[in-house]
Amino acid sequence: MARVLMRSLNKKYDEVPAVIDVNLEIHDREFVVLVGPSGCGKTTTLRMVAGLESITSGNISIDEKIINDLPPMDRDIAMVFQNYALYPHMSVYDNMAFGLKMRKFDTPEITRRVQEAAEILGIQELLKRKPRQLSGGQRQRVALGRAIVRHPQVFLFDEPLSNLDAKLRVQMRVELKKLHERLGTTAIYVTHDQVEAMTLGDRVVVMRDGRVQQVGDPMELYTNPANRFVAGFLGSPAMNFAGVRIVAQNGGLWAEREGIRIAVPKPIVPRLGAYAGKEVTFGVRPEDMRIAGAGDPQDLSFDAAVEVVERLGSEILLDVAVGSATMVAAVEPTVTAKVHEKLRLAVNPERLHFFDNATEAAI
Amino acid sequence: MIEGASWRRWVFFYVPVTGFVVALLFPFYWMVITTIRPDKELYRPWNAANYTPFWTTNPTLEHIRALLTETLFSTWMLNTMFISLSATAISLFCGLLAGYALSRLKFPFAGSIGTGIFITYLVPQTLLFIPLSDIIRNFKLGDSPWALILTYPTFLIPFCTWLLMGYFKSIPKELEECARIDGATRWKAMIYIIFPVAIPGILSAGIFAFTLSWNEFIYALVFLSSPEQKTVPVGVTSELVRGDVFFWGELMAGALLGSIPVAFVYSFFVEYYVSGITGSVKG
Amino acid sequence: MATAAEVAAPRLQYVGSPPRGPITRLLEDERWLATCLMLPTVILLGMFIAHPFINGILLSVTDTKVGVPGHFVGLDNFVKIWHDDIFQVAVWNTCLYTFVTTVFKLALGLWLALLLNRHFRGKAFMRAFILLPFIIPTVLSTFAWKWMFDPTFSVLNWMLFHVGIIKTRINWLGDPTLAMASVIIVNVWRGVPFYAISLLAGLQTISPELHEAAAIDGAHAWARFRHITWPLLLPVTLVIVLFSVIQTFADFQLVYVLTGGGPANATQLFATYAYQLGIGTGLLSQGAAISLAIFPILLLVVIVQLVYIRKAETA
Repeated sequence: MARVLMRSLNKKYDEVPAVIDVNLEIHDREFVVLVGPSGCGKTTTLRMVAGLESITSGNISIDEKIINDLPPMDRDIAMVFQNYALYPHMSVYDNMAFGLKMRKFDTPEITRRVQEAAEILGIQELLKRKPRQLSGGQRQRVALGRAIVRHPQVFLFDEPLSNLDAKLRVQMRVELKKLHERLGTTAIYVTHDQVEAMTLGDRVVVMRDGRVQQVGDPMELYTNPANRFVAGFLGSPAMNFAGVRIVAQNGGLWAEREGIRIAVPKPIVPRLGAYAGKEVTFGVRPEDMRIAGAGDPQDLSFDAAVEVVERLGSEILLDVAVGSATMVAAVEPTVTAKVHEKLRLAVNPERLHFFDNATEAAI
Repeated sequence: MIEGASWRRWVFFYVPVTGFVVALLFPFYWMVITTIRPDKELYRPWNAANYTPFWTTNPTLEHIRALLTETLFSTWMLNTMFISLSATAISLFCGLLAGYALSRLKFPFAGSIGTGIFITYLVPQTLLFIPLSDIIRNFKLGDSPWALILTYPTFLIPFCTWLLMGYFKSIPKELEECARIDGATRWKAMIYIIFPVAIPGILSAGIFAFTLSWNEFIYALVFLSSPEQKTVPVGVTSELVRGDVFFWGELMAGALLGSIPVAFVYSFFVEYYVSGITGSVKG
Repeated sequence: MATAAEVAAPRLQYVGSPPRGPITRLLEDERWLATCLMLPTVILLGMFIAHPFINGILLSVTDTKVGVPGHFVGLDNFVKIWHDDIFQVAVWNTCLYTFVTTVFKLALGLWLALLLNRHFRGKAFMRAFILLPFIIPTVLSTFAWKWMFDPTFSVLNWMLFHVGIIKTRINWLGDPTLAMASVIIVNVWRGVPFYAISLLAGLQTISPELHEAAAIDGAHAWARFRHITWPLLLPVTLVIVLFSVIQTFADFQLVYVLTGGGPANATQLFATYAYQLGIGTGLLSQGAAISLAIFPILLLVVIVQLVYIRKAETA
């Protein structure tokens, strides 16, 4: 049972807070991704779990045992670093065997485990080489192998794919996922890349400025972001935001701004009621907008002027001006739109988001 | 780059470089020639007619023989070797540990101690030799190699520490962190991971320390008195001169042979020596 | 979810490893480990630098002689040496010696470094051979020079005579002015390689593209040197000069072997005079005072240079 628990975790560097009041429960066999912009505290949190940073206050426990004061070597964890951290003076075999030697495993057992890991990762022919003779992808595999042989309770990953080129990154992402399916070890993965977060995590933890913004499975975070930051962070191209005023009219609510007048969908009305007459932020994702057709209701669409047309092949991104706001709409590749053309865009009423201007929380 | 006519290359490059090389190496050539020149050729006034400075027609090994059999030169060589190796070993040991602590660990007063070590490097031996001779006497170390083995590190350690700090700083800290997660204690991580990776630095520091020890003079002059204890520089200076008479043949033989160990070590490790100088200057 | 009581339990349990002994746990702590690592160095340097330094100060304010314990005399010794003719000569000599040798070492070293800063066959050999004067023990190579300077048998005299520059012998080490010149020559000879190699390393960090851009802009060799090479080389130069000045100021071996301080104190330096007084005649306190007199000047030089280095680095 390798459940990782973080309770009221805080970290300060000389009075400057880096991690603030983090409470997380990571279930056994779960792959959890900590994601956020640089400086958000995700790496610091990971390093506290590893024992490389001291804990200012709060507790971390692995497998129901508090590990706050344990040195890294006694925590039964393994870590994969961004620049692999392979021991340059040792062969691949010795790199992988190092941890086992430190823990006084006997030689036959070491050989067995290293061979096993090498097979899983496909690096058997590389065992005698030195790190400087390996490519980036191979080094990453060795770093993984070094972590696997120890059969630890928890894997820690510190942006392991950042140093790889784009193509290799995609490949390794898939392999990591397969590896996790196969080994099933609890894993904490830190990245700034939201694509990695969405694709790899069983659950995703979005962090910002030292605090946890939201925890949940990727789709949950995507469709129901808890605040404006999470909404804007996940998804590419990012969600469109516009400041609107809520107006009560004809027994219903409207979201209005220059060029836009949208009827607030019935399910959301109760929540927005308190905001009548006030300003809120309206959010809609590019893929939840489309060119208005004959059957689309008038009160769920608005006029837009095309400024840029970006053809990606699988879809077309239209950068449009709506009044004084600019938005991006992702539409079918069959759409023919030209610059300066005026269109009418319709939005999906089930995919509208509103955020409180003061707290940034989702309404 | 000197482009253009090859006469320019000659004037601006080949001639000056040759000039430098000749000027820098001539004294050694002179050392060698004098060593193998028989006495009667040696003591010919420079304005005598048959003065042939640059070669000799009757090379002899007499001076070398006399040096090795009639003086304590071999003892001096052994002394100096022993002292230099021991002092180097001690300085490397201290320098490694101190360099690691100063560059990889956080502890109170790290900055001041680092500056303090740097400052001791600036305190020349000629400042300390008089009070130090007193201290050596009090510790009953006078006239023994230990007087030097323990005092040489005072100018070797700061340099070794500084050089090794530069090397350590270039080793990414993830290596140690990974080792500690893998199961190594801080101590083991330092010894099994950091030190092996810093071997070029260790070699540079060691060679530099060895040559500096061999070269030291004033402490050896002041702390050692009996002829059997002397080091090569001191022995050659004090014992190969009787009254006002300089036995130049033996002197040059002594100078030549005394330089060989250092030149030998140096020749194998030139790259390390050079990177030692440049590393310390850039750091 | 763990209850508050469970999570608050203070007892440590090791997750997957055997318990460790007290020393291991002590050394895991960053501060204790650092203390243990620094201890040998601090002890050695404390015993053999800090301790004698303080003793030196104490010695200099007493009137100790060899075998005779001394009494406190305040600044008497310093007053005595201040009025001592020989001391004044030694101060002047040391300053002159340091200044002249540094200028020459820098100029020649820089020239040699510029010459070597290109690719040519045998470059590695060249570098190795050129460093020899610096590697070989000073005393030993100085003896070679002494032999070369010998009034009766000097090969230099022979060469100069045959080239036609001189008619009678040059008394390199016997004439006071020439003796200083000779000592300077040997010091420069010894120091040029160190300067050259260090400056060469500095030169090699200057990207050749800078020179190429300047050349395209129309700058000729001297202008390129003045505006590109020299400013970029300044930090390294200052560091090298700092070390060299300190060493030269406290120089002993060279003068001791070559002239012993003579003739008639023409080449007497701080260090040789301190030796003569302290060890030679046994006036320990006065010797200590002279040695210490180096310190303020040295400190001044060091501070001035460190300030310049700091400025050059942040400029």
